[in-house]
Amino acid sequence: MKVSFIKAILTTVLAAVPCFALAAWNMDFQAGSTVLANDIRDLHVIVMIICVVIFIGVFGFMFYAIFKHRKSVGHKASNFHENTTVEIIWTVIPFFILAGMAWPATETLLAMRDTSAPDMTIKATGYQWLWGYEYLDEDIQFYSTLTTPKGQIEGTEKKTENYLLEVDNPVVVPVGKKVRVLTTANDVLHAWYVPALAVKQDAVPGFIRDTWFKAEKTGVFRGQCAELCGKQHGFMPIVVKVVTQEEYDNWVVSQKKKVSNSELSVENIFVAGTD
Amino acid sequence: MEAAHAHEDSHDHAPPSGIVRYLTTTNHKDIGSMYLWFSFTMFLVGGIMALTIRSELFQPGLQLVRPEFFNTMTTLHGLIMVFGAIMPAFVGFANWQIPLMIGAPDMAFPRMNNWSFWLLPPAGMLLIGSLFAPGGGPGAGWTMYAPLTVQQGMGMDLTIFAIHILGMSSIMGSINIVTTILNMRAPGMTLMKMPLFVWTWLITAYLLIAVMPVLAGAVTMTLTDRHFGTHFFNPAGGGDPVMFQHIFWFFGHPEVYIIAIPAFGVVSQVFPAFARKPLFGYASMVYATSSIAILSFLVWAHHMYTVGMPVEAQLYYMFATMLIAVPTGVKVFNWVATIWKGSLTFETPMLFALGFLFLFTLGGFTGLVLSVVPIDVQLHDTYYVVAHFHYVMVAGALFSAFSGVYFWLPKWIGKMYDEKLGKIHFWTSIIFFNVAFFPQHFLGLAGMPRRIPDYSLQFADFNMVSTIGAFGFGISQVFFLYILLKAIKSGEKAPQNPWDGADTLEWTHLPSPAPYHSFEEAPQVK
Repeated sequence: MKVSFIKAILTTVLAAVPCFALAAWNMDFQAGSTVLANDIRDLHVIVMIICVVIFIGVFGFMFYAIFKHRKSVGHKASNFHENTTVEIIWTVIPFFILAGMAWPATETLLAMRDTSAPDMTIKATGYQWLWGYEYLDEDIQFYSTLTTPKGQIEGTEKKTENYLLEVDNPVVVPVGKKVRVLTTANDVLHAWYVPALAVKQDAVPGFIRDTWFKAEKTGVFRGQCAELCGKQHGFMPIVVKVVTQEEYDNWVVSQKKKVSNSELSVENIFVAGTD
Repeated sequence: MEAAHAHEDSHDHAPPSGIVRYLTTTNHKDIGSMYLWFSFTMFLVGGIMALTIRSELFQPGLQLVRPEFFNTMTTLHGLIMVFGAIMPAFVGFANWQIPLMIGAPDMAFPRMNNWSFWLLPPAGMLLIGSLFAPGGGPGAGWTMYAPLTVQQGMGMDLTIFAIHILGMSSIMGSINIVTTILNMRAPGMTLMKMPLFVWTWLITAYLLIAVMPVLAGAVTMTLTDRHFGTHFFNPAGGGDPVMFQHIFWFFGHPEVYIIAIPAFGVVSQVFPAFARKPLFGYASMVYATSSIAILSFLVWAHHMYTVGMPVEAQLYYMFATMLIAVPTGVKVFNWVATIWKGSLTFETPMLFALGFLFLFTLGGFTGLVLSVVPIDVQLHDTYYVVAHFHYVMVAGALFSAFSGVYFWLPKWIGKMYDEKLGKIHFWTSIIFFNVAFFPQHFLGLAGMPRRIPDYSLQFADFNMVSTIGAFGFGISQVFFLYILLKAIKSGEKAPQNPWDGADTLEWTHLPSPAPYHSFEEAPQVK
């Protein structure tokens, strides 16, 4: 409650400055679509408030000294130094501030790392330079590659809205379900990162790591590989499409059909050729 | 005084002239100057690479360079700035200042000192030369994470060799510094009477000796993985890529303080001099610096929150990392208390020291933000981290180095810099620095990954601002070169002590410039 109140004040103050009010100058996390993403944002606000208070305290003294204790206004230097009481106070107080910060941080962290009892599990494999997905409960697998045309990257075509954040086969998940994501890699390190879902997990070749998210609302959420993986590191985005359970079930059926269709691909080509 | 020194000089062999003087010199002042000029040269080279990066990122799309070359630029920019610019700069300060500040005639091992320096140019040439190797320069990031390093061309081998050489240089330099400080102090100068700059270097030198071999081990394993069939980091052969990160950051985190601690030392000399008031808590500064050094060995995995450690390990690293804020806070409070009720003047060294204090503290705040694991999971490997470490490295270490150069230049060359130009240098630097790096916090919060040559449209505005700031900052540093050359060529003659409040031995006992051989007879310290 308190946090969102202070956030409201901060937002108002920032919005009062004209250039900050423009949408393109995004100065905060992307709008979260999971409980954890919002918890993280609140945690960030708490830490920022602590920083601002210390900032005002420390630099209040510093700038006061800079303006009032300068030689040009005739200030004479005192000669005090060493004061055990003061030194103990400014060692102990930060310690307690930190302890106060560590508490909510620990709570969020424990929630974040609890991958138990998922509703479904998806394995994400990083390749140079695309993602492979495997729905472990559904026997669905596919690759997901960047679809932004070369012309947009090279500058010969106009860039469209989802420039560099669009793929041929997005990950599709149902809303409100706990999705466990296993990450691994085929060649070098990658990282599976979707800001709005507050998920970032390194994909390490030869090892399986896990993370999870539970989307609160439907929509398309976009992220990128976050660990340097070679020359196309900037060109292997992640797109997660959160849909209703019904749409998800339909998607699963269509995916399975696709798999069986692809087994008949020779015939398909033949039929297509006669048209 | 003057006559006495002329007399002293007549006993010495005049140093050989030209290049031979510098190749063969064992004089700490010559070697210190060479370190500083070398680091400034590398600073400009690394700066050109930074501007290449920023130019490509001026707008979305690939305009100037190919992605693989972009990766090479980020890699070499990092390596050159850390190992070629910042570290040698502070070793240069150490060479010039430690003997002067403790009343010693020179460093303990003058010939090793010469070798320590002359290892650097070949290492620098290897790093820059790697760009011309078949397959291009190294593109795996300055952190050189396995197994991407295995895929690199010959440029990676040149880089590994360069790091070996730089490590040898650092270790020898550190042994020299430790030996000098522990054995060659003037009579009466107990450890707790040493200027704080000397203390910070004593601590830094121990850090270097402890961690440079670890880095050498990490890159050697990379080398054998690349060429000799080992599988330290190759899972197919039973290795673990994450082990590289643990080894690297066991070096890498103390490395952060290897860069920061001498910077603390410089500003701890500058604040009392321009506040005309002693350092508030000398003893607590020494203890705080030592605790930071010890803690720096215990927090390395906070660079690796997203690799998938057990949650218990994450909790430990989070708490330990937060703990560093305590001694760091003690230092910041001490500096503020030092200028409190002083009689302040704002010559260029003081301006840079205050700039350091302000911006380094901001970098400390973002460090605190990043120490919190859940927040870091959002910000890890984004531009927020880039902003954070540039606040600490550039506005922290580099500003402190500028402060030190302006502060000691009169003692080094016997001439004053142009105060007005120095102030312009400060203001352009601090303004453009913030224009370049402050927006990167927002880019990181919004989710822009680091080390990408091209980005989606939502990041366009702040990237453009950042690039403009970077160019302004770069030009300011060329202006700094002009200020230096002007001072050397036609600066006003400097008095023995141009600063009211400076009271260490180099100001109280030596003329400006400090004679080629100083303190042949040790001064008595009360």
